[in-house]
Amino acid sequence: MVKTILPLEISNASVRRRGKTLVGPVDLILAEKGFTTVIGPNGAGKTTLLRMMHGIERLSQGTVTWHGPNAEVRGRQAFVFQSPIMMRRSVRDNLTYPLTLGKTPKTEARQQAEDWAERINLKSALNRKATVLSGGERQKLAIARALIRKPDILFLDEPCSHLDGRATREIEELLQGAHEKGIRIIMSTHDMGQAKRLASEVVFILKGRIHEFSPADAFFDTPGTNEAKAFLSGDILE
Amino acid sequence: MIRTVFLTACMMLMSPNALWAENIKLAVTTSFHNSGLSEVLLPAIKDDLELTVQLLVVGTGQALRLGEAGDVDAILVHSRKAEEAFLSAGFGTHRREIMYNDFVFIGPVDDPANVGASETAVAALQKIAVARSPFVSRGDDSGTHKKERSLWQAASLETGEFGSWYRSAGAGMGASLNTASGMNAYIMADRASWLNFGNKGDLALLFSGDPVLFNQYAFLPVNPVLHPHVRNDLALKLEEWLIGDRARELINSYTVSGETLFIFNAGPND
Amino acid sequence: MTELFEGLKAAFLLLVRLDADLVEITLRSLQVTLSALVIASAIALPLGAILAVRRFRFRRATIAVLNALMGLPPVVVGLCVYVMFSRSGPFGVLGLLFTPTAMIIAQVIIIVPLIASIAHQSLRDLWAEYHDLLISLNTTQRQRIATLLWDGRRALLTASLAGFGRAIGEVGAIMVVGGNIDHATRVLTTAIALETGKGNFALALGLGFILIALAIAVNFAIHWLTRTEVEGRW
Ligand SMILES: Nc1ncnc2c1ncn2[C@@H]1O[C@H](COP(=O)(O)OP(=O)(O)O)[C@@H](O)[C@H]1O
Ligand SMILES: [Mg+2]
Repeated sequence: MVKTILPLEISNASVRRRGKTLVGPVDLILAEKGFTTVIGPNGAGKTTLLRMMHGIERLSQGTVTWHGPNAEVRGRQAFVFQSPIMMRRSVRDNLTYPLTLGKTPKTEARQQAEDWAERINLKSALNRKATVLSGGERQKLAIARALIRKPDILFLDEPCSHLDGRATREIEELLQGAHEKGIRIIMSTHDMGQAKRLASEVVFILKGRIHEFSPADAFFDTPGTNEAKAFLSGDILE
Repeated sequence: MIRTVFLTACMMLMSPNALWAENIKLAVTTSFHNSGLSEVLLPAIKDDLELTVQLLVVGTGQALRLGEAGDVDAILVHSRKAEEAFLSAGFGTHRREIMYNDFVFIGPVDDPANVGASETAVAALQKIAVARSPFVSRGDDSGTHKKERSLWQAASLETGEFGSWYRSAGAGMGASLNTASGMNAYIMADRASWLNFGNKGDLALLFSGDPVLFNQYAFLPVNPVLHPHVRNDLALKLEEWLIGDRARELINSYTVSGETLFIFNAGPND
Repeated sequence: MTELFEGLKAAFLLLVRLDADLVEITLRSLQVTLSALVIASAIALPLGAILAVRRFRFRRATIAVLNALMGLPPVVVGLCVYVMFSRSGPFGVLGLLFTPTAMIIAQVIIIVPLIASIAHQSLRDLWAEYHDLLISLNTTQRQRIATLLWDGRRALLTASLAGFGRAIGEVGAIMVVGGNIDHATRVLTTAIALETGKGNFALALGLGFILIALAIAVNFAIHWLTRTEVEGRW
């Protein structure tokens, strides 16, 4: 097993559907360490870009290259979708599901599920159906379910887009904790404050094209393009 | 879990009747079964021979087909021409006459075609045709249907040229009687089916007794040379019983509503 | 109308007397249909899941054929099974004709398309819901199918019960392959056909009412069994 599957190299990659280019062409290299946020207005292509990186969106051209054997790379990534997918099972069984796919023994899986439930304050809900949880609880559960397999890379697609302040803070703490443990995080958001709080680097995407890729401080202090300036000052971008 | 399901399925598949030692499969016609005679004969056979007769109650055509395919060990039917064809094609070993009953004409109680006053069966049919009274035919190529067609022929009438008063039911005796009862129509039935029929409505027995209406039942064992698996030994054992004294007594004394249905007339092989 | 009343009375009398023949044919009905149901479900439910999850070449054709087979008259199925299992047919040596086994085989053929079709429809929706997650988790085909079957089990129960309803009331096919032999292959539906043929409408209706009651009882029993299982888990 290789130590890390990073860096991620994307070269000349695009996604076209029905003759329309959704994203690309993209050239990007994500380094071994960091907390990347992908920002841009609605419909800019954030979701599509993350899915391309994760390898669940068919490329129309170009390549997305991870550093390691193909069979292994997906297993070392996890993805939290914009509207979290709750399996029609109990909270416990949602948490153990990724582990049962591997060779983790049942008791071990249950123990880890309980630890994670404790960490996200859902211990009392372990036996409840996941589909009856609130939006914030769902999002936390989805993140815990993603982290339980101890991925090297965690993708999150606008994890706080429908949440209130308290739920957002809980999730940000969760992500910071994961980042401190060395997990590489790539997250899309349209919340500038959140990007400032968390990110070490920013990918700014507009109409499917990457307009800026720079360290977070530099991006927020001295944006390099007019589009980024306009976006940061709150103008509506087409 | 999966194992339990599998085991249960296996247990269910192994049917209990496989344990019964001696079984013979006999295809009989619906009209024979509807007479109720089998309910008297079968227990007696079981007592005397320790033999379970499994009846397949089907139309004459299907009974013959089952015999041809070797799916039954013997057949008991009443359609002489078809039986002879069966034998000459080598499907059966021989034909043994057992007993006869008779066909009767059923119709509305008020008898609009005045069938009741006829001298012969043929004359009765001619009256129905003249009156164009509704008539239900089995229309299923059964022994009864064949008999009915031969009678129309004898009356020099062509069923194909009849109007809508002649209804071909394409069904068994019971279902055809149900149809006739519903339409208040004439129909030819075997006496046994008629007497046992539970839905008579406004129908009544109007004509019977012409010797041409006698209905001979015969027993034909399936040829074991063609189908080595058939239990010819059991068929012969059953045949011996059917022509014996016990059978004679049971058949001749069997009545429905006080009427004798069958007359035992077992004779030599054809 | 009076016949319906007579039928109810006949059903009542049969039940009160616990008529031995009635018990026998009722148990045989259950034995045949439940066996067919278990076997058909074991075939049809995974088939429905495969059709939902996999994109293979003849997928659309398979779905079309399944839907068409749902409309197949049972008598035709019965005749096909008869031809196969007749002593003169390819499987004649097995000697299965006119046994409950042959009836089970016919019923399996009749209800597999129905169960598979309903299962496919509900699992297709579940798959749309789970698709991204299961792809992201790098699941194998087998794991996807197992997950859908487990999480969709309530909808699948409905599919199976639809199959049960079709099988328990079926008469055309099992009449041909079973032969309606007294004490061997007679079941409720063939007994009803027999009594109707004799013009014994009251008895036939009575048996019909018992058949309906049996179907309802089995439905309730299965729902009750699964309810307790579900509550135990959640
Ligand atoms: N399968 C698809 N077919 C056609 N258009 C799509 C498809 N998926 C997404 N799009 C379009 O691509 C654009 C980018 O979508 P998305 O990546 O979801 O944007 P974001 O996440 O930044 O809001 C949108 O205009 C969206 O409508
Ligand atoms: Mg999006």
